[in-house]
Amino acid sequence: MDPEIPVLSVVDLGMITDVEVLEDEVRVKMIPTFAACPAVNYIQTNIKRALEERLEVPVSVTIDKSVNWSSSRMTAAAKEKLKNYGIAPPPKEQAADPLMLIAQEVPCPHCGSKQTYLRSPFGATLCRALHYCKECGQVFEQFKPLD
Amino acid sequence: MNTTAIKDLIIKMADDELILGHRNSEWTGLGPVMEEDIAFSSMAQDKIGHALALYQILHEQLDGVDPDRFAFLRAEKDFRSSHLVEMPNGEYDFSLMRHFLFDHAEAVRYESLAASAFEPLKSLAFKIKGELKYHTLHANAWVMQLSNANEESHARMQQALDNTIALAAGIFEPSEKWESDLISYEIYPGEQILFQRWIERISPILEQASLRLPDLKTVTPVYGGRKGYHTIYLQPLLTEMGEVYNLDAEASW
Repeated sequence: MDPEIPVLSVVDLGMITDVEVLEDEVRVKMIPTFAACPAVNYIQTNIKRALEERLEVPVSVTIDKSVNWSSSRMTAAAKEKLKNYGIAPPPKEQAADPLMLIAQEVPCPHCGSKQTYLRSPFGATLCRALHYCKECGQVFEQFKPLD
Repeated sequence: MNTTAIKDLIIKMADDELILGHRNSEWTGLGPVMEEDIAFSSMAQDKIGHALALYQILHEQLDGVDPDRFAFLRAEKDFRSSHLVEMPNGEYDFSLMRHFLFDHAEAVRYESLAASAFEPLKSLAFKIKGELKYHTLHANAWVMQLSNANEESHARMQQALDNTIALAAGIFEPSEKWESDLISYEIYPGEQILFQRWIERISPILEQASLRLPDLKTVTPVYGGRKGYHTIYLQPLLTEMGEVYNLDAEASW
């Protein structure tokens, strides 16, 4: 699970790039969402511990340098879970300029209104931006699109 | 291709990120509004993370030392940061203008590096250039808002630009020894080209903000940082930044 968005798993987020099952060992490769994500080592250790408890074999979890995360790696189910958790998901289509997607009207996860505006591209974590809904008067967060 | 040239390029980029990351973090708790407090803190986190990723390339691909030791145990003269990033935060207008000028400079640099012949840098640049769009979006929005707000805020932003431009031009101090090697091996296009692209990038935004870019012929870029000559502000920053680490450099965290 993501320590900062506890409804999403690392698979939901598209953070796992490869799993290799060997005779007496499992090797997992993963990537962070944003390069400077401070939770990476924590997540790495959690994956290792969770798998070792279940599988009872040694597990290695390494960072995959060959793949970069983008918001299109997130599954449709993950986006639904995000929305229900109160965070607007990144939009489906990847425009040439992702800034247009974040700056335009993002549907409010609370009331569904599109009468919203971007308040700041930086939120509580590196992967989230702050928006304001003019309809229900609430500040809400969006998982930032990344190409 | 000799690796010394690539190391030189990576060290100056990473040191700029680390030092400006530290300066940005000094806004934590002091931002003029809460969103700005969060924004500068988030950008600090990004910058220090990017510095770490670059130090890791040195460590893993180019026989460098451990990133923490490299960041915290080096002498001041071994840093290659530009004078721009070393300057104290001053008031919000200076910090904002520095953020605007630096992040656009970074954006053109990483966009160019996404085509680098040095694979580790190419891959990292591709990731960072996507993240930087949020930094430049933030900078553009505030520069435009404040410059177009009222007479006082416009005057202060113009003053901040006039005071900062020579320092910012110093980001593009070419390497004395390695510039032509780095260009001919297509590691990056060179400081002169990056400087041109940067001017092309910031000019239309400054125009929209009704700010006047000083005549570049009258601007003498502030060089020296890339050769290890620093402002009086760097050593106190390094002392503070490494204070805990240096209590016991062998401790494990």
